[in-house]
Amino acid sequence: MAENKKDLPPELKERLRAGFNQDWRKELRKSFPMKERMKLKRQKMPERDPDERNQDFFEVNRGLNAKAAIAEAKRCWDCANPQCVKGCPVGIDIPAFVKMIEIGDFDQSVRKIKETNALPAICGRVCPQETQCEVVCNLKKATGTPVAVGNLERFVADYERNKGDVFIPSLPPSTGKKVAIIGSGPAGLTVAGDLALKGHQCTIFEALHVPGGVLWYGIPEFRLPKKILEAEVDYLQKMGVELRTNFVVGLTATLEELKKEGFDAFFVGTGAGLPNFMRIPGENLVGVYSANEYLTRVNLMRAFEFPEYDTPVYLGKNAVVLGGGNVAMDSVRTAKRLGAEESTIVYRRSRVEMPARTEEVHHAEEEGIKFHFLTTPTRFIGDDKGHVKAMECIQMELGEPDDSGRRRPIPIEGSEFIMEADLVVVAIGNSPNPLIPQTTPKLKVGRWGNIEVDWDTMATSMKGVYAGGDIIRGGATVILAMGDARIAANEMDKYLQNHRKK
Amino acid sequence: MAKILKRERLVPNIHVIEVEAPEIVRKCRPGQFVIIMPDKKGERIPLTIADWDKKKGSITSVFMLVGTSTHKLAQLNAGDDVPVFVGPLGKPSEIGKFGTVLVAGGCFGIAAIYPIARALKEKGNKIITLLDVKANYLLYWEEKLRAVSDQFHVSSRDSFYDCKEFIPHTLESLLKKEKKIARIHSIGCTYLMYTCAEATRSHKIKTLVSLNPIMVDGTGMCGACRVTVGGKTKFACVDGPDFDGHLVDWDELFIRRKSYFDDEIHSMCYWEKKNFP
Repeated sequence: MAENKKDLPPELKERLRAGFNQDWRKELRKSFPMKERMKLKRQKMPERDPDERNQDFFEVNRGLNAKAAIAEAKRCWDCANPQCVKGCPVGIDIPAFVKMIEIGDFDQSVRKIKETNALPAICGRVCPQETQCEVVCNLKKATGTPVAVGNLERFVADYERNKGDVFIPSLPPSTGKKVAIIGSGPAGLTVAGDLALKGHQCTIFEALHVPGGVLWYGIPEFRLPKKILEAEVDYLQKMGVELRTNFVVGLTATLEELKKEGFDAFFVGTGAGLPNFMRIPGENLVGVYSANEYLTRVNLMRAFEFPEYDTPVYLGKNAVVLGGGNVAMDSVRTAKRLGAEESTIVYRRSRVEMPARTEEVHHAEEEGIKFHFLTTPTRFIGDDKGHVKAMECIQMELGEPDDSGRRRPIPIEGSEFIMEADLVVVAIGNSPNPLIPQTTPKLKVGRWGNIEVDWDTMATSMKGVYAGGDIIRGGATVILAMGDARIAANEMDKYLQNHRKK
Repeated sequence: MAKILKRERLVPNIHVIEVEAPEIVRKCRPGQFVIIMPDKKGERIPLTIADWDKKKGSITSVFMLVGTSTHKLAQLNAGDDVPVFVGPLGKPSEIGKFGTVLVAGGCFGIAAIYPIARALKEKGNKIITLLDVKANYLLYWEEKLRAVSDQFHVSSRDSFYDCKEFIPHTLESLLKKEKKIARIHSIGCTYLMYTCAEATRSHKIKTLVSLNPIMVDGTGMCGACRVTVGGKTKFACVDGPDFDGHLVDWDELFIRRKSYFDDEIHSMCYWEKKNFP
C-alpha cells in the first residue's frame, strides 16, 4: 500500500521518541539484550482442533494467556526507529504497548492502544498484521519471524474486557459541535471514538438494527464473536457517542436534512454495500447467493440457529464459493459449518494471487475446504424446480499482469467442464453503496460510484462532509477503513474548531 | 424500537398494524415500504405503506398471515414494541396527471394500492378501482377506497359484488368498456399482478406492478430481491418495487418467491409446537 510508505507525522514521531526515552524502557532494553531476545521463539496462537471447530460457530483462535503474552512481548527489541508503527494505518504506538505487556502492566498497555484505536479487540482479530505492522518488523528481517503484534493487541483488549472493568478515558469539556456519522462500520466507529475524545457530540446513524456494519453482518462469529463487537460499541457509547439504528440516511432523512437539524460536520462511512455478480446465465437460480446475502442471513439474522431464529438459509451438500478474498473464505467456512459435505473455493487465478489473509486460507485448509484454482464458471445449471444443481466452468491460464499487478487470467478454449454445486456463493467483491451519492446531488462521485475525496484530508466535494472506508475505496479491509477514518477525524476536528454556527 | 399503536384483524388472515414512526411519516410517499421485525429472532418483513397520519406521526400497514414472523406480528398489540421498523424504503410510485388510471388490488394489496389511488386522485386523475376477493367477507377498506374512486368494482367469486370472475377477466371487460385508460397500477399477490399484466399486454397499456420478492436488508446491500426486468437484473428494494409488468420475468419471480417453502413450514411447526403445545 502506497500510503503506508509515508513518513510518520511529526507529532507521532515525537510521542514515539518520548516513550522510547523513558527510564523504564531504557532499563528494560538493558536488562535483556537484543541477542538474547532474538533466540526466543514466537508464541503460537492456540487454535481449536479443525475437525471440532468446523462443526460450530465458536471462535477458532483461543488467544494467548498472560504467560505466553509476556514471553512474546520479550521478543520485541523496542527499536529506536520502529518500522511497525509505519505499517499501522492508525499509528498505534506498538513498542510502548508491547513493552508494557513485558512488564506485566496490561491495564496501561490497553490504554496506550486506545489512545489511537478505540477497537483493539476487533483489530487484534481481523487486521492483516502480516502485511502491515508485522511484515516490516525489524525482528522479521533478522530472524524471519516478526513479533506477534496482532495477537498481543488482542490479548490486552481481551484481558481488559474479561476483567469487566473497562477504562473510560476522561473527556474534555463539550465543544457543543454536533457530528453525524453515517454508517456504523469500522470507519464510522473509529471516527466516533476519535471525535468523542476531542469533546464533540457524535451521533452514528445505522440502517440495520445492530451497529457494526460489516463487522456484524459480514465477519462470522467464529472469527469475530459478536459479544466482542458489542463490548467495543458499548465502550463508545460510554464515551457519550449516540447511536441511532434503523435509520437509513438518504431515505429516513437526507444528509441535507440532517444539516438543517443542526449537525456541523458529517462523516460518510456507508461501505461497499452493493454486491457484484458474475453476470452469467442462471445467476438468479435459487441457491445462488451474493456473499452479502449469505453472510447476512447467517451472521445478522442468525440463520445458523434456524428455526429458533425465523430466517432460513440454504445448507447445500456441494457448496461452491466463487472468489479468493477474505469474504470468500468466510463464506466457504460458514458453508462447511452449516453441514456441507464438500465446501469448495473456485478462484480464477492461482493460490499466490488470492487476496485473502494467509491465516484464513490456512484455517480453511485445515478445516477441510477444497480449492479449485484457475477456474471460473461460465453458466449455472438449474434443476426442474429452478434450483441450482451444477456449474459449467472453464479453465484459465495466467497471462501478463493487469492494473492490480496480478497476472491476468485467460480462459483456455475448449476446457469447459461441469462441476456439481447445489449452493453457490458469489464472493467477487462489492461496489460502493449508492444510497448517499444518489440522495446527495452535491456530492462528487467517481466512475465506480465511489465518493471522491482529497486523500490527504478525506474531505469530499461538500464543505464539512468527509468520507472514508469502502465508500471511497470499493472493497478493501477493516483497518484501511479505520486508517481513512483516523485522517478524517483529525481533519474534522480542525474544521469544527474553525466552524461557527450560523 | 418502535411502538405499536394498533394491531387488529381486518378480515380472516389479514391484519392492520399502526406504528409510531414520526421520522418515516415526514418522508414517506405512496408506493414505498417499511421493514418490520416482530421480535429479535424474527425475519425482516417488507410491508407496503398503506396510510399515514402526519399529526400522530404514525404509519399504517396491512399484512397477511404467511409464515412465522407474520404470525408473531399478529400476536402483538397496541403498546408493544417492535425492534425494527425502518423506512421509507424503495422508490415512490410515479404520481402524475395521466387521465384515467385503473388501480387493481387483492389481499394485502387492497390496502397497499390505497395511497397510490389517493395521490393519483389528488393529481386530478379519474380513478377506476378494481379489487379482488375470494368472498365478500374478505373485503376491507371499502369506504376508504370508494372515497378516492370515480368507479369502484369488486371481483368476488361468490357473486356478492358486481363481478364474479377472477380479476383479469373483469379487467378485460373493463378495458373493453373504458377506452381511455392511460395506465394500470396493480398490487397484490404475484399471481394477481402477473395475470393483470398479461391481461393488458395486448392492449399495450402501461401496467405497473409492485413486486414482492423475498428481501433481507431492504437497502440494496444483499441482492436477495433480484428480479429480471427487461432482461436485466434489478434489485426490487432499491430499483423498485414498481416495475413495468410487461417486462418482468414472472417465471423466475414465482420460483424465487418459493425459495424457502419447506423451511417456512418447518419454522411454523417449530414455533407452533413451542408456543401452543
